[in-house]
Amino acid sequence: MMTDKMRKVLYHLYMGSFLFYLLVPLVIMSGAAFNNNKTPSVYPWKGFSWQWFIELWNDGTMWTSFGNTIWVALAVVALAVPLGTAGAILINSVTGMTRSVLYFFMVAPILAPGAVIGISTILFWNKLSVPVGLHLSVLGQVSYIAAFVMLLVLARLQSFDQNLEEAALDLGATHNQVLRRILLPHLYPAIGAGAAIAFFQSIENFNVTLFTRGTQNTLTVYVFSKVRSGITPSINALAFMLIALTLIAALVYELRRRRQAALEAAREEEGRRASDAEIA
Amino acid sequence: MGELLKRYGGTLTGAFILLTGFWLLMLIILPNLALFETSFRPYLPVVDMGGPLDTYSVNNYAKFFESPGPMSIFGLELSIPLRAQTFINTVFYSIIVTVVAFVFSYPIAFYLAKVVRPKSVPTLILLLFIPLWVSEALRAFAWYIILTLNGPLNAVLVGMGVLEKAVRWQQGVLTNYDAIVIGLVYNYILFMLFPIYNAMTSLDSNQIEAAQDLGAPAWKTHLRIVLPHSKPGIASGSVMVFMLAAGSLLVPTTLGSTRSNWFTQTIQQAMLESQDWNTGAAYSFLYLLLCTVVVFGVMRLFKVRLSDIAR
Amino acid sequence: MGAGIDLDNVVCDFGSFRAVDNVNVSIKPGEFFSFLGPSGCGKTTILRMISGFNDPTSGAIRIGGAPTLGKRPNQRPTALIFQNLALFPLMTIWENIAFGLEMRGMGRAERRAKADELLALVDLQGAADKMVSQLSGGQKQRVAIARALAVEPQVMLLDEPLSALDLKLRQHMRAELRAIQKRTGVTFIYITHDQGEALAMSDRVGVMSQGRLQQVADPRDIYNNPVNGFVASFVGENNIFTGAVGATSSGMARFDTAHGQFRARLGETGGAAVKLYVRPEHTLFTTDAGVENSVPVTVQEVAFEGSFISVHATSDSGASLVAELRNDGSQLIPEAGQKGFMTFAAERASILPDGIVRAK
Repeated sequence: MMTDKMRKVLYHLYMGSFLFYLLVPLVIMSGAAFNNNKTPSVYPWKGFSWQWFIELWNDGTMWTSFGNTIWVALAVVALAVPLGTAGAILINSVTGMTRSVLYFFMVAPILAPGAVIGISTILFWNKLSVPVGLHLSVLGQVSYIAAFVMLLVLARLQSFDQNLEEAALDLGATHNQVLRRILLPHLYPAIGAGAAIAFFQSIENFNVTLFTRGTQNTLTVYVFSKVRSGITPSINALAFMLIALTLIAALVYELRRRRQAALEAAREEEGRRASDAEIA
Repeated sequence: MGELLKRYGGTLTGAFILLTGFWLLMLIILPNLALFETSFRPYLPVVDMGGPLDTYSVNNYAKFFESPGPMSIFGLELSIPLRAQTFINTVFYSIIVTVVAFVFSYPIAFYLAKVVRPKSVPTLILLLFIPLWVSEALRAFAWYIILTLNGPLNAVLVGMGVLEKAVRWQQGVLTNYDAIVIGLVYNYILFMLFPIYNAMTSLDSNQIEAAQDLGAPAWKTHLRIVLPHSKPGIASGSVMVFMLAAGSLLVPTTLGSTRSNWFTQTIQQAMLESQDWNTGAAYSFLYLLLCTVVVFGVMRLFKVRLSDIAR
Repeated sequence: MGAGIDLDNVVCDFGSFRAVDNVNVSIKPGEFFSFLGPSGCGKTTILRMISGFNDPTSGAIRIGGAPTLGKRPNQRPTALIFQNLALFPLMTIWENIAFGLEMRGMGRAERRAKADELLALVDLQGAADKMVSQLSGGQKQRVAIARALAVEPQVMLLDEPLSALDLKLRQHMRAELRAIQKRTGVTFIYITHDQGEALAMSDRVGVMSQGRLQQVADPRDIYNNPVNGFVASFVGENNIFTGAVGATSSGMARFDTAHGQFRARLGETGGAAVKLYVRPEHTLFTTDAGVENSVPVTVQEVAFEGSFISVHATSDSGASLVAELRNDGSQLIPEAGQKGFMTFAAERASILPDGIVRAK
């Protein structure tokens, strides 16, 4: 019979090895960026070197792809956020069959294979004589990324007290003011999270982009083509920098979130104390 | 809808409808109709488009059933068209990936939801999220480095005496798809873990203790209490992992060999290498059909709704 | 200064459901008027029609004599206080209070000054820059009142604003609300299902049931002279006898029941089925036989309630009766098991229609 203590130890061990499994590949990949070896590897170790970072710095195609990735991602955010938010507000105000149908069409692209989204996008816009290129990558990505924004905003809407809007109307606010001063401020956290997710989803996107990009490169496509055609560890140098950047961004975000949560908790605690004092 | 008008007035309500309409119509519904329509037309040189040869037919779909080859399924030696073989392999190994991901992530989900001190959970989740912030291409690439002939995995295994000599993982050891399955599991396991974890957090811990108090052994507690409660999460995770695995192009191309074909690669060859968009459309449509069948099948099996899966 | 409100034959249908059914009432300027009734009686719908969030299906509402038809909430001289207060959680207290002024385009410095003035009025100096979550329940209440007063409404509409508060605080806030109403002279229309609240604060009360206004009167009349069994039961406890009206003379009538023959005041019965209602505090215990309006009983239970003593008894004929006796020694207090009589004065008992006022 296994005791509770043994079981707990086993769980901790398993969690530890799971984290090891998740993180070690990334460490190995980052490590290969510093190995003075022509093919990307940590084994055998041939000495520490910055040369792959220098090679990366001088890689013009990489920089073009990087620039493309950023502008595609920004364009996706600029489209997906208003579309997803409008979709969420609309779907939140209808019920029954209409809601189910709308919901199905909005959410279905999340589950559809990216390749199919990419192909249907170029076929449709080709019929309207729009040539392939990154602009189609943007439209293809938005079709499913807007659904992420919609789901986040919809969840946030469900915690929204509609009395607030009526109160504002009653106090003389116009429709625009109700949206700007009451609803949007409530939705900002979800919209912000939605924008961040849209940005990262777009940067990550490979399947849709591959079929819609024409001859232009994004970073993911570029990495992919390098892996297939001869690689040098400059890819690892790129990977290391991307991992470092996202880690820092995530850390900053998490710290900010925790500070905000602590502030809110302190306020509520003060309110509770005031209530208790009032009753006593 | 009347509520919307009352709160935001005609102009804003109109804007909401217009934006949503653009999204649904121009980005989702019409492109899929275009896909459907294109798949029934022949692949023609530009001059013949709209000419007498441009008629609807199922010829593109027929290509799926051309050039049969031998394949063994559960010991049966069958003659199956090559593309259908790829299709079957893709579905089969995607299911394997889904099952493996479930088996490995279930204990972690339970650990996070019910075992570990709640104070450590945010930190652990932050750590688990790290791979998700790294692009899929790089994650596949990481395993490419690990699995190469002279890579660290072989070095460790040979060094420990587990293997006599280095193995070509990408050529396959047990099956032709070993490296692909390893890469897919690594890439998508978190899409299984988090939905299950979310479902488990809503389980009242008292139920687990009550079951134990009534004498249920751990495995029975899981089977009768935890597992049924996590059902929506498992359904959601399974659908996500299966779709992502079946739809992946990066991992099979990076980690596969000439002996392993993924159906997305078949589509890619038709679209980008042969530039035959019509056949590509037909394959894509078949693929979409498969996805729909899987999603609705799982929804029926687990008795969950679409809103439980897409979260 | 407050404005009067007239409701003329107001009807409101939601699909096939008639939420408000032909309501007529004139609320005077500066009056504290309560709509009292159980949930679903239509009182909230009336409030929403006055504020402009719902439109009457038929009938007219006039505020200060002016018709309201087609006027949006922000075009009416009313301010609504929501049941959950609906304070804006992302704004500071003073921004909440000054929101209506901001919407009217008032400058920031002026708004701030006005907000401070109102904070002083509701006794919340120093809270201006706090967030809503930092305040107690009672403080939030006052912010909601200040926010509504800021737009200088002629009518304040209050939708059960005290229901979320602790009992003790609720009683304190009653007095405070009443004081603010007197100080500002604004007409208050108050919605509640709590009869104690309505009776304690209001100049007049309108009791509602099933979309109909049952009775409009001042609190004493509502309690002492209810027009039907619904009003009598909703605003207090009763001992109730079923029976038939006998001979009548000058507003009094004989009432024959299975428990004996009584004499009581005869209400407006309109030919409907009637019952006799008498309040427990108007019921006494006596050992003397032969007194008018007495029922022979056995005392079942005597419960000490503090300010009064409640006596539960069963009559020999099977009726349950309750008496609430004063705790000052002026009234005879029986013991459990004692036999005697429950009795009441004829002037304190009423013969009333059993049901409610229904649509014609």
